[in-house]
Amino acid sequence: MWTDFPLWPARASNFADRVDPLYLFLIAVLVFFSVGIFLTITVFAIKYRRSVHPNAEHIEGSLPVEATWSIIPLAIAMFIFVWSASVYYSYGAPPKDSLRVYGTAKQWMWKFQHPDGQREINELHVPLGRDVAVTLISQDVIHSFFVPAFRVKMDVLPNRYRTVWFRPTRTGTYHLFCAEYCGTSHSGMIGWVVVMEPADYEAWLASGGEGSLASSGEKLFRHFGCVSCHRSDQGARGPDLAGLYGREIHFQDGTTTMADDNYIRDRILGPRQPGRLVAGWQQIMPVFRGQVNEEEMLELIAYVKTLQNPLNVNPNAPIPNEEQRKHNPQVEPQVIRP
Amino acid sequence: MSAPSVAVEPREHYLNVDYGIRSWLLTTDHKRIGVLYMISITVMFFIGGLFATIIRLELMTPPGDLVTSDTYNKLFTMHGIVMVFFFLIPSVPAVIGNFVLPMMVGARDMAFPKINLLSWYLFVIGAGITLYAIVVGGVDTGWTFYTPFSTTYSNTYVFGSIVGILFAGFSSIFTGLNFIATIHKLRAPGLTWRRMQLFLWSNYATAVIMILGTPVVAISLILVAVERVWHIGIFNPALGGDPVLFQHLFWFYSHPAVYIMVLPAMGVISELVSTFSRKRVFGYEFVAAASIAIAVFGFLVWGHHMFVAGISIYSALLFSIMSYLVAIPSAVKVFNWTATLYKGAISYRTPMLYAFGFIGLFTIGGLTGLFLAALGVDIHVTDTYFVVAHFHYIMVGGTVMAYLGAIHYWWPKMFGRMYPEGWAKISAATIFVGFNVTFFPQFLLGYVGMPRRYHAYAPEFQVLNVMSTAGASILAVGYLLPLIYLIWSLRYGAIAPANPWGSTGLEWQTTSPPPTHNFEETPVVSEEAYAYDKHPEMEFVA
Repeated sequence: MWTDFPLWPARASNFADRVDPLYLFLIAVLVFFSVGIFLTITVFAIKYRRSVHPNAEHIEGSLPVEATWSIIPLAIAMFIFVWSASVYYSYGAPPKDSLRVYGTAKQWMWKFQHPDGQREINELHVPLGRDVAVTLISQDVIHSFFVPAFRVKMDVLPNRYRTVWFRPTRTGTYHLFCAEYCGTSHSGMIGWVVVMEPADYEAWLASGGEGSLASSGEKLFRHFGCVSCHRSDQGARGPDLAGLYGREIHFQDGTTTMADDNYIRDRILGPRQPGRLVAGWQQIMPVFRGQVNEEEMLELIAYVKTLQNPLNVNPNAPIPNEEQRKHNPQVEPQVIRP
Repeated sequence: MSAPSVAVEPREHYLNVDYGIRSWLLTTDHKRIGVLYMISITVMFFIGGLFATIIRLELMTPPGDLVTSDTYNKLFTMHGIVMVFFFLIPSVPAVIGNFVLPMMVGARDMAFPKINLLSWYLFVIGAGITLYAIVVGGVDTGWTFYTPFSTTYSNTYVFGSIVGILFAGFSSIFTGLNFIATIHKLRAPGLTWRRMQLFLWSNYATAVIMILGTPVVAISLILVAVERVWHIGIFNPALGGDPVLFQHLFWFYSHPAVYIMVLPAMGVISELVSTFSRKRVFGYEFVAAASIAIAVFGFLVWGHHMFVAGISIYSALLFSIMSYLVAIPSAVKVFNWTATLYKGAISYRTPMLYAFGFIGLFTIGGLTGLFLAALGVDIHVTDTYFVVAHFHYIMVGGTVMAYLGAIHYWWPKMFGRMYPEGWAKISAATIFVGFNVTFFPQFLLGYVGMPRRYHAYAPEFQVLNVMSTAGASILAVGYLLPLIYLIWSLRYGAIAPANPWGSTGLEWQTTSPPPTHNFEETPVVSEEAYAYDKHPEMEFVA
């Protein structure tokens, strides 16, 4: 118990080097003001104790004094604000070429999926010196992804993807904690982040995996029958998804949105709000809420992202019969209007 | 202040006017209601303290070996609910405020004495319902009731706890209503706003928060109950709701609630520092205005609880800068109290020791608030023990120290007996030491990375946790001592004079304990508060 007794967390990411100096500055402010006040009180309490100073002097307030001790703290506070805001800002959008990892949190475990197919539970392997962006979603309640050694924390929500990023700067094995209370085994929802030399990381990546995320997603795409509607030929009853990712989508009410991970997930889960239907298409897509879990959802999205060319007709997919198409004339193949 | 001369010991006062149980349960006397509140919240304090004791014992070792995870989760939840809603929020306002506020304005009672009694009944009903929910199985959502865990996933007595808190909330609204009406309408002749004691100013600001904020927490908790019972989608995304919406609603009240807890405590400190320095509070107008500023700005900072919860960067910036702005009036108060000591005639009586303790601990609590308001640092320390340490410095180091200081200060007025000074000083010192040993290590623990609400933890966190538990046992002794010697003093304490501290406060210008109608004749105020320079005749007699 007494041998391993750290008073400072490991400094293992780019953020540690930004957060720690600010923290030290704040400690300096804390020490300056609290010691100043303690000493002043002690000196006054001794010097003006009743036994030696029985008659208090009547002193009115003083505007210059009040102004001084309002403005100086305010200036220090604003300095801290600007500094801390700039640190906070750097936690924002991950760099463009970040290594992507996808994760789901659920009571009470962390599951991570690497694009090339490696899957892990309560462990996350990342390479040294490379920007890593982890996109996370919760399958149930709110959790929080917390790696003290990286000075990184982000709540993981059950209704949308959020992405946290960091650049590991030191190899080693570091705690991963769930920091948002999530029920019975909250304190057991822990794991390890393993920072490896890039070469070791590549070897680790190659060592396992059951096919890439996108290939798993393709299987699901067929399994759920997505391909029977979302295709480029005459049989299509929904938009061809090629090139969908990152494109601007036009809704019937004239509003637009960007087709990102959250958009695709919301579309699959449904139901869609009236007016927020994609312009040019009948709303016939089933609601998949409760049928697709969050890990499958990540695979489906990974697959959709890979679709760049118009989908070839799957020879095995059922082709809607002519009878049905006559009754649904709107279901003619159309393209998404960009 | 010109006040009626101190009368001889009256034959009758509010305590001996009637001894029947009905005379207590149907009383509309603000002083008796204050005493009823004191008994009720003392019971709740020791229940909440019992939960804390088991928590600290569990955390002595890294694995969860004393209680099960579910039990542990219920313990910290119920510790939070009991301490926040049933001890801290009513502590200074409902006990001290009820007792002294009407006397400070020179009134015979509150503006609405029956509503005042109703407020106590609502509190007791709420406490009863919550205790019932605890006894039949407890609740495990954390006192923050975050969704969708609280609405969908928790299998515990969430509904019962919420109903109990709603009752306590209405009791708090009624107390606030009475404070505002009393201060506006019942001030004695000559008691202008600028002559009011600072305790009145801070409780006025508190009352405004109680009335404006409490309905919002009531609404948010009702929405939790609605989603939980009828599955109407408000917060749970599986039902089409938004989980973060709950956090906005909850903190819109629960951050100002921190000021409900600490503003009245600040009012107490102003009284104590002035009385025991025998001086006007330095910068009276600024201290009074700071109370109002805190109440106003306090409503605009709730988002600082959510910097990692998924709010936009721009709202985070806004909430951060507002949080720095609200820190300034608090700092101004600390500076003014310190300056009040300058060239005073300072005596180290127990209430003053608590005031020193308050200023020291509140300073640390407030300055560590700057860490949490700093966006970049908050990401790392939020939801860790750093936050736990920070708010305990404010709520326990601040509010509980002030509450105990107030109890000792006004004890002679309340019961006509002096507390034993020696024991009181020993316990004040014990509490100060115990508090720091308990909570200071938690700051370190937080930055090293131990998350809060953890039943089991990594071995490297053990040393600091053992220190914290050791401190908690010192703290427990410190809290038990006043319980014993204050009860003892009711029978064996020295008879208290009307104004043992020689205070200029209006509440002291009557007998101890006061008659049912407080003053034999309506006092007339002709000077500002704390005019010690004009009253050399007011001397310590205790």
